[in-house]
Amino acid sequence: MDRTLSYVEAIREATDQEMERDPSVILFGIDVDDPKAIQGTTRGLAEKYGPDRVFGTPLSEDAMTGVAIGMSLAGLRPIHVHIRMDFLMLAMNQLINIAAKSHYMYGGQVHVPIVVRSMIGKSWGQGAQHSQALYSFFMHVPGLKVVAPTNPHDAKGCLIQAIRDDNPVMSVEHRILHFQKGPVPEDLYAVPPGRARIAVPGEDVTLVGISYMQVECLRAQRYLEEVGIRAEVIDPIWLSPLDIDTIVASVRKTGRLCVVENGWVTCGASAEIATQVSERLQGAREIRIRRMGFAPVTCPPTPKLEQLFYPNGRTIASTAYDLVRGGSEGWLPDERKDLQEIEFRGPF
Amino acid sequence: MHDRLYRSLYRIRRVEEEVARVYPTDKIKSPVHLSIGQEAVAVGICEALRPDDVVFCSYRSHATYLAKHGDLKQMIAELFGKVTGCAKGKGGSMHIVDAAHGVMGASAVVGTTIPHAVGYAFALKHQRKDSVVVSFFGDGATDEGVFFESLNFAALKRLRVIFICENNSYAIHTHQRRRQPNLNICDRARSFGIPTERIEDDVLKIYERSSAAVGALRAGEPGPFFFECLTYRWKEHVGPNEDFHLGYRTREEAEPWMRNDQVKRMGEMLEPQQRERIEREVEAEVQAAFAFAEASPFPNGAELFTDVYKKG
Repeated sequence: MDRTLSYVEAIREATDQEMERDPSVILFGIDVDDPKAIQGTTRGLAEKYGPDRVFGTPLSEDAMTGVAIGMSLAGLRPIHVHIRMDFLMLAMNQLINIAAKSHYMYGGQVHVPIVVRSMIGKSWGQGAQHSQALYSFFMHVPGLKVVAPTNPHDAKGCLIQAIRDDNPVMSVEHRILHFQKGPVPEDLYAVPPGRARIAVPGEDVTLVGISYMQVECLRAQRYLEEVGIRAEVIDPIWLSPLDIDTIVASVRKTGRLCVVENGWVTCGASAEIATQVSERLQGAREIRIRRMGFAPVTCPPTPKLEQLFYPNGRTIASTAYDLVRGGSEGWLPDERKDLQEIEFRGPF
Repeated sequence: MHDRLYRSLYRIRRVEEEVARVYPTDKIKSPVHLSIGQEAVAVGICEALRPDDVVFCSYRSHATYLAKHGDLKQMIAELFGKVTGCAKGKGGSMHIVDAAHGVMGASAVVGTTIPHAVGYAFALKHQRKDSVVVSFFGDGATDEGVFFESLNFAALKRLRVIFICENNSYAIHTHQRRRQPNLNICDRARSFGIPTERIEDDVLKIYERSSAAVGALRAGEPGPFFFECLTYRWKEHVGPNEDFHLGYRTREEAEPWMRNDQVKRMGEMLEPQQRERIEREVEAEVQAAFAFAEASPFPNGAELFTDVYKKG
């Protein structure tokens, strides 16, 4: 029988089991061995595997990414952890110019099996530089794989897959998702790239929720149920490679697509998904499409404005309602206690 | 020893001269950063290495690749964009690679491979191997943040890596004086507690000093080591020609370096017959490599889509 684990525990267990299985797996990043252990995701691993395999690093995101690449060229499988995705901007040269391209530009002579874990922040004043969801940057570049698991089961299976993958994998976590609990098998298992999951089947409208917005889409689905709209909720899980077939098949059925981005909409994952669906279905099926995501501004820390910055279950339901019923009726469901956001009390 | 050094130096010089000669025919559609004038650094260091030692280098890496015994035919074919090239025509001059001979891929972005050398050295320590890693970069790379971050981590973990700064005074056309307040690059490395030494353009001295460092690392002494090797680029930054007409440097500045040509010096130290034999053999090898590149096919269209991801 499946146990219930938190997302944090699932990440920790995947890392532990893979490190035990494969001595070439090593784990490092700023503060991975400190008392807070990256929200607990690395807890106990330094003690178990020693400082040669698990270690905190100098504050050198750029060089340490290059160090991970060098390690992987010599046969190790490094996991490099960043407690916020915003900090990856310091490592872009190594990630984009080297990690993504090495296998191709060196004619297949080398490969770079690295995993880069990073976390997107939200609420309690995370503000401008602790809240950014920049996975679309990495989706843009051939040679990288990008994954954003949204529940504990996938968190474990995707991390195992990422560690075993012979390519660089950007593994995107969300701070709020860390609190999710769910069934997680004890065994080692991989959630393979390029396969989306239909989280809830439905006929009237397709909701695609990326990263944390998957949770908000599931809430929207419940609100829509009340007014007789059956939404199909899809979790892409892997953003690159992307399972567009599952999404296209759903939209072929529903004729309506709402992609909810956990980031800005412009040039985002939602733009990519909406475009691919349009290209595939144009002329074959009349479809209506909406994209939702961060407001096109810098994330403000004050709760009053921050609330307006993000889509939520109710605003997603409202948008989907308009897609299904036509027009813009401004319908907004009353907030239900059982569908409220998880309270995140800071500080981090 | 002198014959080995001369063979390597002369081979690099002849390859680069041949690249420069062929370049105007447009058969090499790749930005070439020639090593002419800087051969002694690559040869002096690489002759002190074993086949299982590993080098990382910059875009001016023809000399390092050849000195580490990278495959010449594959290198020229790569410059010609042929499928028989070391990267199947998908890397070009700035990304030559020969992993089997310990030449890890070169990068066009300044300073970028320095941390790769450090990470590789970390892995070797982890795997309890006694191979040595050498990181080659120019004086321009020592302006980059990644240089400092990499030295810091290498020194912190006492890794078996030798940093070689090939100081040719110029980052493209900008002299070190206009970029750095302290012209002693060794001071930068010294601040991390790394043993350092500045070496003149003298292939025997470079060989001697790097042999000592390699020996110390193999004997289990903690790394890293840092050498600043003073050198001079004779040709333009990129391309086959001279560039004294641009006005950022003078021929007078270059002349002492040219008089100190290490290829000529080592040649004069050999018996004429020995020298002639080496030159004859190298010439045949160079001609064969260019003929091989010339005769090789271009990659077919399907090759565009291979090697984006490693399968399996």
